[in-house]
Amino acid sequence: MNLPKNLRYTTDHEWIDEEGRVGITEYAQEALGDVVFVELPQVGRSLKAGEAFGVVESVKSVSDLYSPVAGVVVAVNIELSSQPELVNLDPYGAGWIIKLDPEMDSAELLLADAYRSQIEGA
Amino acid sequence: MEIYLHEGFFVFTELFLMGNCRVHTAVKRRRLYQPNNFAQKRGVHMKTTPITEWHQNHGGKLVEFGGFYMPIDYGSIKDEHIAVRERVGIFDVSHMGEFLVRGPEAAEYLDYLVTNIPSGLEPGQALYSPMCYPDGGTVDDLLIYRISDTEFMMVVNASNIDKDWAWVMDHKSDWSSLELTNVSDTMGLLAIQGPKAQELLQPLTTINLSGLGYYHFVPGTVITDVSVLLSRTGYTGEDGFELYVAAPEALALWEQLVDRGALPIGLGARDTLRLEARLPLYGHELSESITPLEAGLGPFVRLKNKTNFIGRDALERQKSQGLTRKIVGLEIHGGIARAGYQVSDSTGQVVGVVTSGTYSPTLKTAIALALVPLELASIGTGLAVNIRGREVLATVVKTPFYRRT
Repeated sequence: MNLPKNLRYTTDHEWIDEEGRVGITEYAQEALGDVVFVELPQVGRSLKAGEAFGVVESVKSVSDLYSPVAGVVVAVNIELSSQPELVNLDPYGAGWIIKLDPEMDSAELLLADAYRSQIEGA
Repeated sequence: MEIYLHEGFFVFTELFLMGNCRVHTAVKRRRLYQPNNFAQKRGVHMKTTPITEWHQNHGGKLVEFGGFYMPIDYGSIKDEHIAVRERVGIFDVSHMGEFLVRGPEAAEYLDYLVTNIPSGLEPGQALYSPMCYPDGGTVDDLLIYRISDTEFMMVVNASNIDKDWAWVMDHKSDWSSLELTNVSDTMGLLAIQGPKAQELLQPLTTINLSGLGYYHFVPGTVITDVSVLLSRTGYTGEDGFELYVAAPEALALWEQLVDRGALPIGLGARDTLRLEARLPLYGHELSESITPLEAGLGPFVRLKNKTNFIGRDALERQKSQGLTRKIVGLEIHGGIARAGYQVSDSTGQVVGVVTSGTYSPTLKTAIALALVPLELASIGTGLAVNIRGREVLATVVKTPFYRRT
């Protein structure tokens, strides 16, 4: 499974990169199936770590998205309104969901290997 | 192999299982796919079909449905949906229940039991019918096959097998010569659906499929020696066939048909396909508290042609007094409406409930069926669906959402 080394991961299957971009993992998009709707937060909203900030819907399921760290939403991926399938096609790239200005370090989140053992050992 | 259910898929199962209760429960959202060990569910007795293990070994995501482990998809509900609309897919629907009804009084008994008229069938013909309680609420909706003058087969929903069996046995007493047999566990059922269904199946059987009309069936063999009852029926809005086969032969038949190019389709696409075609699902558009008339199934409730059947008085009264509510189609503008979500009118007053909702892979938009007051049921009426606290615009549209050309 593709788990880029430069990202940090949560047990809720979100990732965050050095620039504060947040998305869901390959594992998550595969488990969800075809994403058909993404509910995005308002830019400027302030989030606590672990706070639900949006919803991703596949044909058959509705799942919350949780912020990996505390921070302010500085951008949302507006492309997902018309092309929610980008979450499936390119979960670490064009399928990013929000960008945070983090108020805390993401160093405590999982490294790729730790996340991998989490999903494989589950 | 250890199998995991994902929380998200429980939502789906719950939607299906809301069944007998009124569909007012709001859908609970889940954390993203916390794996949920199957073992937790092992306390509950879960049934399998002859093909369950094959599904597990071929990428099927298994969920609990109607007491069975069933595949929800094999990777992509959208792709599977499109395959059935454009080519041909195969469904394992062996979880459905089958009851045999035999005896000289079988036709008369069934005429009393259901709202349609099984006695009017010729041998080799089948019909769809609701089956009602005395108050007009729905016990189940089913297919009835006339095998001979004195022999019928009822095909019922998996989640209702026990309830229906108790119901048919309870009403058997007036017909002492009747012989009822529940053959659900011994029968497999495969559905081959899509515009290429006949092309795929014809080389494998001596039955002349072109000569087999809609809702007709014949006993015969496929793939040289597998005995089946083959009917031109389905639950997708496409042309197609259903093959009733002895359980021990179901897997081999499945594998042969998959080898010939039928794409395996899970329950997820079965639901999106039937919803686009506006086919009701028990527990959603029909229930103990929703009558067939409210569900828009008037043509299958034969008030004019039949003087006595269970629920007749109540349904006659409902018809003469006029319906107060009915199932309508909605197109949703800005989110996916799910079963149980509230529907409100233009003043914000809650007036109804979504009975089924999904993303339509054919129309590429969110569609739903909802139970609303009659005065808000006309095409073009603007309503709103409450999606996680947001009022999202919904328009009453013509159904079916999809009709094959």
